[in-house]
Amino acid sequence: MFLRIWIVLFIIFISYTIGLYMFCDDGTILKPDENIIAGRNTWQEKNCQSCHQLYGLGGYMGPDLTNIISTKGVNRAKTFIKYGTGKMPDMSLSDEEVNNLIAYLSWIDNTGKSEITPDKIHWTGTYIIKEKAW
Amino acid sequence: MHVSSALFWIVSGAVGCLIVNSNKTMTFSSTNISLIKSFMIIWIITIVVVFIFYSLKQYGGREYWEFPPVLSIPIVIAWILLMIGYYRHWLSIKNKKPLYIIMWGTGILFFFITFLEQNLWHIDWFRESYLREITVQWKANGSMVGAWNQMIYGTSLYMMVRISGNKQIAQNKSVYFFYFLSLSNLMFNWGHHIYNVPTAGWVRHVSYAISMTEWLFFISMIRSFKGKLSEYRRLKNLTTYRFIIASELWLFFNLTLAIMMSIPAINMYTHGTHITVAHAMGTTIGINSMILLGAIGYLLGIDDTYGRIKRFVQYGFYISQISLIIFWISLIVAGILKGYRGRVLNIDSFQEIMSPVIGALKIFSISGIGVLAGMALISICYLQLLRKKKKIL
Repeated sequence: MFLRIWIVLFIIFISYTIGLYMFCDDGTILKPDENIIAGRNTWQEKNCQSCHQLYGLGGYMGPDLTNIISTKGVNRAKTFIKYGTGKMPDMSLSDEEVNNLIAYLSWIDNTGKSEITPDKIHWTGTYIIKEKAW
Repeated sequence: MHVSSALFWIVSGAVGCLIVNSNKTMTFSSTNISLIKSFMIIWIITIVVVFIFYSLKQYGGREYWEFPPVLSIPIVIAWILLMIGYYRHWLSIKNKKPLYIIMWGTGILFFFITFLEQNLWHIDWFRESYLREITVQWKANGSMVGAWNQMIYGTSLYMMVRISGNKQIAQNKSVYFFYFLSLSNLMFNWGHHIYNVPTAGWVRHVSYAISMTEWLFFISMIRSFKGKLSEYRRLKNLTTYRFIIASELWLFFNLTLAIMMSIPAINMYTHGTHITVAHAMGTTIGINSMILLGAIGYLLGIDDTYGRIKRFVQYGFYISQISLIIFWISLIVAGILKGYRGRVLNIDSFQEIMSPVIGALKIFSISGIGVLAGMALISICYLQLLRKKKKIL
């Protein structure tokens, strides 16, 4: 009995995982180009996630950067990345690396909004971020 | 780096305790011991190399595992050796297995699965869509916590059986029910990490529904409180038992926090704030580390020693507990302030949001030194005991 329950749960887990991989987004997102991929690599190599968040995930020393491009603009974001601030160190990035990071952050920005507004909350307590999802 | 340090401590401690305890339940064959020793050697060398890379500021990996990705290969190889050694031993146990042995086996398997899953980002298909990539990444990381919890809670259950001498604790219907409930949570209750990510709605709803089953753990803890209290009166002289009871209290606090955070309408205010850090640190220090310190003390025979060492372990215990309470509360206060200023007052500037939060973070830092001092005192005493003890495995 114990083994049967375990196996059934495991099969559900595997099925759910595959379903999640295939259908967790609506498939309309643009594929990343070379600049975006290079920006993503710079993001990881410089360990940006240890201080910054994307969709609220990451370190807490700096702000969430999911929608930094649409809220602060490209030029302001570039200045911060290139020269740092009082708290953020100057990472000595080349212009190309800065541009790639901007491309990466713009790509993420296009995926949605990190902040949930009160009108998105359903009476059950969950969110309705996309009508399509229902 | 501090997150990787915490993870390596917890996973290494969990595996170390379960191997030594498994060996006490039934001795490993020499082949299995060789496989497990090979795991230990590769694992420890890899950890040292990881920290060398960190000190040289060489990164490249993902959240929690930020070292150059090539170092994932020895970790996977080491884990495969552990799995072969452990499961060969596991299958040779012919009698009905107590639940803690099943939990150890479950934890080892799911750590492997989730570690592989959190490395799927190397495959281009997963990174073509950012939403897919972030969903898979946080699914893996969330489930991995469940995997090491299986190993650690298994050890806690083992210690309870050994201390109380009551084998039924690990073989009754209730513990099997909660095992399956925690297994379901391991598999499906990771979604609160990505509630605000615009994935398909069903991902969020499934996670929300599963997370609400945590109320059952919560109610069960309250119901068993009276029994635990009388058990505490009987066993309070045992240092090991104090660590277990401390971990249970922290489990209660963190479970309360986890249930609140699992409700999306509340998560909206807590996500991306220090409340998440309070939950993570309360869990890794208050629950995981306390069980591990209790288990290591048990293996070293802390309750059979008298005098200075035992006294210092007790001092360390109280220093770390009191400091941890302040540490945890200051993080929650910091999180409430950040959430209120950012989400309710809608302050735009990050510096402005954080200015009153700094005070709470200063208290957090000072109390962190207290946690460090308490745990260091316990560790030094354990190292002294270890020096006297010639052989553990």
